[in-house]
Amino acid sequence: MSDVTELIHQYLRHNKKFPHVFCPGCGHGIVLGSLIRSVHELALSKDEVVLVAGIGCSGRIAVYVDFNTVHTTHGRALTFATGIKMANPDLKVIALMGDGDAFSIGGNHLIHAARRNIGVTALVLNNSIYGMTGGQSSATTPKGAVSQTAPFGHLEKSFDLVKLASAAGANGVSRGTVFHVNMLDRLIAEAVSRPGFNLVEIMSPCFTQYGRKNKFKSAVDMFKWLKTETSPLESWEQLPPEEKAKRLPIGTFLAGQEPGLEVLYGNLRDDLAAKEQPR
Amino acid sequence: MATPRKTKKQVLFAQGNEAVVEGALLAGCTFFAGYPITPSSEIMEEMARRLPRSETGVFIQMEDEIASMGAIIGASLAGRKVMTATSGPGFSLMQEHLGYACMTEVPLVIVNVMRGGPSTGLPTSPAQGDVQQARWGTHGDHPIIVLSAASVQECLEMTVTAFNFAEKYRSPVILLLDEITAHTREKIELPLPGEHEIFNRVVPSMPPEWYKPFEDTMRGVPSMPPLGSGYRYHVTGLTHDVMGFPTQQPDEIKALIERLFRKIDQFYTDIMLVDEYLTTDAEVGVVAYGSVARSAELAVAQAREAGVNAGLLKLKTLFPFPRPFVERLARSCKTLIVPEMNMGQMSREVKRVAASLTHIRTLNRIDGQIITPSQILKAITQG
Repeated sequence: MSDVTELIHQYLRHNKKFPHVFCPGCGHGIVLGSLIRSVHELALSKDEVVLVAGIGCSGRIAVYVDFNTVHTTHGRALTFATGIKMANPDLKVIALMGDGDAFSIGGNHLIHAARRNIGVTALVLNNSIYGMTGGQSSATTPKGAVSQTAPFGHLEKSFDLVKLASAAGANGVSRGTVFHVNMLDRLIAEAVSRPGFNLVEIMSPCFTQYGRKNKFKSAVDMFKWLKTETSPLESWEQLPPEEKAKRLPIGTFLAGQEPGLEVLYGNLRDDLAAKEQPR
Repeated sequence: MATPRKTKKQVLFAQGNEAVVEGALLAGCTFFAGYPITPSSEIMEEMARRLPRSETGVFIQMEDEIASMGAIIGASLAGRKVMTATSGPGFSLMQEHLGYACMTEVPLVIVNVMRGGPSTGLPTSPAQGDVQQARWGTHGDHPIIVLSAASVQECLEMTVTAFNFAEKYRSPVILLLDEITAHTREKIELPLPGEHEIFNRVVPSMPPEWYKPFEDTMRGVPSMPPLGSGYRYHVTGLTHDVMGFPTQQPDEIKALIERLFRKIDQFYTDIMLVDEYLTTDAEVGVVAYGSVARSAELAVAQAREAGVNAGLLKLKTLFPFPRPFVERLARSCKTLIVPEMNMGQMSREVKRVAASLTHIRTLNRIDGQIITPSQILKAITQG
């Protein structure tokens, strides 16, 4: 444990005043730890990592960690990330967003980043709610759930982020939770090392704004839910259809190896230069 | 020793949009992101052909104008000189990230080829309806640099100037063209290498651990390292302290916002660009910009032939508003005429600074047609 703490401290900004903004029981700190361990595992230098964050609770993660950090606008993190990666393909660009951020206001940018297969890792911290603004419905709030803007129950369906990103053309798509931490470390490390666009949906509970209004007794209760209601993809696929519908599969859904757009563009430039060489 | 051959300037027959591309490449632009929109699309089409044929150039077509701005801000943070181009409806979408670029002091150039509005308006007709949007379109107090061009040659030159100002002052710069200037074809000369001064952004020279990304210096413009160069820092659209971290301390908030204004304000004389034509003895002054300034120039010449002492103040910098030039002209003229293809956006500024000095007349046209020299001449002779 002390090793882990020491490792985390190597990557945190000591000139930033703590404490952090996260509520008790929030999963976001676990994601930050997981991200740090993944970067360390991959032996990336702090200088080559660019963490591009959106707006919301998840967006605040960027300020604490000693990478190049860009806290952008609501829903648009992937547009900045695209510009950074195209401008300097040597950088490891990781976009960190919430569910409302990436899939409500930023839905268009997300599907196009996936379609373009830009070499960016998108980490979507899904807490099923707008946490920072006080608990309003997001695009991933489950049907029937109660929120500040659905006081009588949410009538709309929620997005399946894995299916959406897969259909849009992402190279890599996976889903993890903040309960399955070892798996999360692996999913993030794999996503960062794979070429092209990779999305990791991370189930990260919000007890303050979602759980306590939706029949969860405590934050611990929500973590237990993550444990009991999810199945690794391999075993989920063996389940009968009615069981499948009840349980959330976690793991790697897509692991393509197509080169990212920034690589294709570099190749185009090289080809054009070769053609225009005087003979 | 052979005498060096006299290098001849390359002559082009080009439209304003193409001249913008020449200017941008000359200024060192290596990154363009955009979304198609009439009447600016030729800029992005030419960039799509040219940039991949340069050593490090990148062109990318984004999903909308919000994304175009996000991409160029990201690329600028990564050390590139960047540009996007659009027209009114797209410019409206860009306002969100224009504010972000003001707050985070990211150099970039936006070319807005103005067409009739509001909304989808008149896609293929000229207008000058985005002047005040360029100044105040994004929310919150912020300084901004807005330039314009009246001819194809000026499109090239003002694009170079736009890049120089953006890099020098770490500020977004908006170049407002109108459909006429953008689509008119004229003979232009490409400048010789070295003819125009090209300003490159100042990068930090101190060790990374000493670097304060938003430090208040004499110039008010902090140095700016590219992402990945060892200077790890935090960029945020939140109000931030000198280290770039979000703050709610009143003294730190005040210091940031005041510096953002000061870094532009204290260089007013460098930024305010105008051309004066026959103004020294003018009794009737015309204040114009963009294609209207060309109609005005002819009108002024014709008025002189008819015995009226007319003069033209052509604004190349719209904001910060070239107040001293307008005031000087207002003092010597009994009338100032402000012709523009809108309901009176720049005349508001002229009235603001000169209403007490002279009589100010507006001449507005919003029917998608150009303001002709004869219209302006008529106004001049009426005094």
